[in-house]
Amino acid sequence: MERVVVSMQDPDQGVKMRSQRLLITVIPHAVAGSDIVEWLIQKYCISEEEALHLGTLLVRHGYLYPLRDPLSLLLQPDDTPYRFQTPYFWTSTQWPAAELDYAIYLAKKNIRKQGALVDHEKEHYNQLHRKISHTWDLVVMQAREQLRAAKQRRKGDRLVIACQEQTFWLVHRPPPGVPSVLEQGPERGSCTARRVQMTKNMDFYRREIEYCRKALGRTRVKSSVCLEAYLKFSSQHGPHDPIMSGCLPSNPWIADSDTYWVVNAPSVAAPTKLRVDRWGFSFRELLEDPVGRAHFMEFLRKEFSAENLSFWEACEELRHGGQAQVPALVDAVYEQFLAPGAARWVNIDSHTMERTLEGLRRPHRYVLDDAQLHIYMLMKKDSYPRFLKSDMYRGLLAEAVVPPETKWRVFPFMRKPRRSSPSPALLASMEPAAAAGGPRGGDGEA
Amino acid sequence: MATDGLHENETLASLKSEAESLKGKLEEERAKLHDVELHQVAERVEALGQFVMKTRRTLKGHGNKVLCMDWCKDKRRIVSSSQDGKVIVWDSFTTNKEHAVTMPCTWVMACAYAPSGCAIACGGLDNKCSVYPLTFDKNENMAAKKKSVAMHTNYLSACSFTNSDMQILTASGDGTCALWDVESGQLLQSFHGHGADVLCLDLAPSETGNTFVSGGCDKKAMVWDMRSGQCVQAFETHESDINSVRYYPSGDAFASGSDDATCRLYDLRADREVAIYSKESIIFGASSVDFSLSGLGLIVFSESTHRYLRIESEIVPCN
Repeated sequence: MERVVVSMQDPDQGVKMRSQRLLITVIPHAVAGSDIVEWLIQKYCISEEEALHLGTLLVRHGYLYPLRDPLSLLLQPDDTPYRFQTPYFWTSTQWPAAELDYAIYLAKKNIRKQGALVDHEKEHYNQLHRKISHTWDLVVMQAREQLRAAKQRRKGDRLVIACQEQTFWLVHRPPPGVPSVLEQGPERGSCTARRVQMTKNMDFYRREIEYCRKALGRTRVKSSVCLEAYLKFSSQHGPHDPIMSGCLPSNPWIADSDTYWVVNAPSVAAPTKLRVDRWGFSFRELLEDPVGRAHFMEFLRKEFSAENLSFWEACEELRHGGQAQVPALVDAVYEQFLAPGAARWVNIDSHTMERTLEGLRRPHRYVLDDAQLHIYMLMKKDSYPRFLKSDMYRGLLAEAVVPPETKWRVFPFMRKPRRSSPSPALLASMEPAAAAGGPRGGDGEA
Repeated sequence: MATDGLHENETLASLKSEAESLKGKLEEERAKLHDVELHQVAERVEALGQFVMKTRRTLKGHGNKVLCMDWCKDKRRIVSSSQDGKVIVWDSFTTNKEHAVTMPCTWVMACAYAPSGCAIACGGLDNKCSVYPLTFDKNENMAAKKKSVAMHTNYLSACSFTNSDMQILTASGDGTCALWDVESGQLLQSFHGHGADVLCLDLAPSETGNTFVSGGCDKKAMVWDMRSGQCVQAFETHESDINSVRYYPSGDAFASGSDDATCRLYDLRADREVAIYSKESIIFGASSVDFSLSGLGLIVFSESTHRYLRIESEIVPCN
């Protein structure tokens, strides 16, 4: 931010400065709000709206202050005069705005305005008075002293200094309702601080070396290949992206109609054409869509290999299920799919089977990963391509609906009221534990 | 350790130099396969032109800065958390509030919606991640059924459910990420390696679903294997804290937004940074990034202004 402000003050290329007439006094080096905006537009080639936003940020952070006595920090893109805050008061110096200083400032203001402080300032004043009543004399004395010193300056300087101080305190003690720009959340361990803490001992370097060795051994792909992949992915998915290609029948956020979501609900009887198209992009897309997965299961049943998908689903349940269910699930899967003579025995190569059985001695949630991957690849390389060529899929493509685009109503008062939909939590609580997956309580608890 | 004296210093120095030289070699290897820049490839894509972003809904109800939000899978509900300690679940389509919880701490920096839509998770300065089942029963107080799942030694910066409601991944200011079992609160895996606070994380949309990326104050973005807890890849080209990371929809790359006012795209297969997005007029860091469905657009939010970038080329401003 300071970089911007410094370049703004550059005498040759900075914002055009002029002397401002403010009532009777003349203030040098003042700039008009509109000049600031224009300069920003030119220097950074940005739009007017953005320049205004940027300028406002500068004002809110206290780098610019308005000369006419302000109560809020805003950038007005007109003749309103502004000046650059002296670096002494910049927020980045992180000058601790101490209570004592604030008290002195308020006392000064109080004396000057003879008691006419703004509400929140009055509150603060009273609070501080209570808190540091023992040094209150010092505060008042300081305030009087500063005012006396100020009286000896020219009126113009006095005004400037008063405005500078006012802005400083507006930033550091914002009035109620205005978010403080200084509050940045919990202190983040800055890199330098933490690095010092993290001792660079032998272990650290050993780990780095190990990581580097492993990384060096990894196969890398040429950038051109990766970048081509992006292009392919994006062009394939472009028509499915609501931001790029809009959505049929209408964008719910513009047309206030939730038809788009209803038509594309997770379990809908008639999937849209776009949706059915996506099943052909990759095996993952097919499995991720509940409707797609159901159709694929049906297809597998016809080929007598449905146990593969069921096995895969059971493994997913194991991997993502609760820790307490792991032993029971592992047993169940073994009984159903892997044991010799099992009801739905899956065909895994002997090497993987051996490894899996070995791992089953000490079951954990990832014990079936090898077998799951094997079956996944089997389905992906074998069943999935056949599915895409099958009559079933072709039929689905042909039947798939393309929701007609609803004309956007131009007259706002003919707008339908926005329909609310039942929360998934509500739906789950109404179904008595029929939800798929691990055991759950019947009242919507996850 | 002090008794080893000279011997230890020797090995420390030699280890250090070995690490440095290996890192240098790694950079060389990465650079070898970099045969084309993104913008060269992107020239073949047609220009997107001006993109207009309009505010469609304004949800009012938080008393102070809103720190985090997450969408529900139904695409209309969201959960949001704020500095004043409140966590609210909205139906953003109708702008109705459906649930509200007051956390016992302020600065609730992380919140997440469960995949089933039946629960939310949130946490912040209380160093914990709590899961609240969403209930419509008027007699039940949501806070009463709260489950305290994660325990860190510093603030919670990000949390996310994995593929189910049963597991939560968290990132914390204590420099670690962790995977927890929701039901029991048990720590399933912890991920150490960041040198400073971890600020964000994102799960990979991959077929085998086993990795996630995290970004931290140590300027590093690290990709982790959830099973083993090991860091699989690390990228350290940012110049300041990484505030937000998001995977490209195909899972082959991810974007990161940082306080150094740039966004960078890292490719996982090429193992390097492939694009930097920055502009001189942007002086504030990027606080949040996300991809559009096709990956053609990357939306970045920063205090400077809302920005919409084309994945392949420079920044296109939006209103």
